[in-house]
Amino acid sequence: MIAIKSAREIEIMRRSGKVTAAVLSTLIKTAKAGVTLRELDRIAEKGILERGGVPTFKGYHGFPASICASVNEVVVHGIPGDYALKDGDILSIDIGSTFENYVSDSAVTFGVGTVSAAAERLMRVTQECLMLGIAEMQKGNRLSDIGHAVQEHAESHGYGVVRALVGHGVGQKMHEEPQVPNWGEPGKGIVLRPGLVLAIEPMITEGTWEVETLKDGWTVVTADGKLAAHFEHTVALTEDGPRILTLRDVLEHDDVARFRPKEEIAA
Amino acid sequence: MARRRGGPRPERRKKSNDRGVKNETPKEEAIEVEGTIVEPLPNAMFRVELANGHRVLAHVSGKIRMNFIRILPGDRVLVELSPYDLTHGRITYRYK
Repeated sequence: MIAIKSAREIEIMRRSGKVTAAVLSTLIKTAKAGVTLRELDRIAEKGILERGGVPTFKGYHGFPASICASVNEVVVHGIPGDYALKDGDILSIDIGSTFENYVSDSAVTFGVGTVSAAAERLMRVTQECLMLGIAEMQKGNRLSDIGHAVQEHAESHGYGVVRALVGHGVGQKMHEEPQVPNWGEPGKGIVLRPGLVLAIEPMITEGTWEVETLKDGWTVVTADGKLAAHFEHTVALTEDGPRILTLRDVLEHDDVARFRPKEEIAA
Repeated sequence: MARRRGGPRPERRKKSNDRGVKNETPKEEAIEVEGTIVEPLPNAMFRVELANGHRVLAHVSGKIRMNFIRILPGDRVLVELSPYDLTHGRITYRYK
């Protein structure tokens, strides 16, 4: 069952997205060499609560933290522990907050200090994949058009698209229908209509797309140990096209202006 | 947080396409909309005005019935519509 959100619900989700985005921005600025993942998690939890939200991830199927912190070969769902960031690491932070019962979910991957040109390229392409996916989220398009755009762009750069994990609908729960794969033939699946809110999240790897889950039951790593990047936005489809509800003020793609929610254009 | 893939496998849908069957929306994909009760009708049915202005006939879901949730004119409710017949719905939730 796919829930179509009313304008009122999308407005709440936009405010929820602002909480998520603001905390994520803080984390990006804080994550320097020497900082432990646990510290980031603590800052995230405090930041969400201060803004009137609740960390969505904490306790979700037993997940122990408020963010997923995934370093280098970890694709997603890394548990923030005592690992201290090193110069040259690439870190992805995935964060979700529940605000007035509505969830917003967002993720970003960035380099700590100076990273290799190959890592920079992987992160740049993954972010472009996200933007291309969002651009396909138009009234009348079909669900797989999003995944197709992501896959085309990633594979044209020789990268792998993770198959074991998918994006998802977002609303009062973090994971709602439909599932949003990052691959596929175009023109398949449900017809997109205004009121749909999706978390679009390409997970792109440097090598093969095969992944493994570690013994902790959460941490997903690339099977070949190569780098992986992950970007995610919560996006609402409106009558005027897709609107990103989790826009940050840092590390955002240059192209986001056209997906900015209307309320913010006026402000 | 990325969702672990599960549920119906995409391969299955692909197969039905190979046979030339049109790729239709699966049955379970009802449309959820908010609405307001306009008038009660016999047999636990209600006339509901949806957020988009349409008026539909909606019956009360079994879960709501079992829990004796009273629904009165003016209540805000969540209605599930079948994509095939947009004039009939099922009330699945009454907002407090």
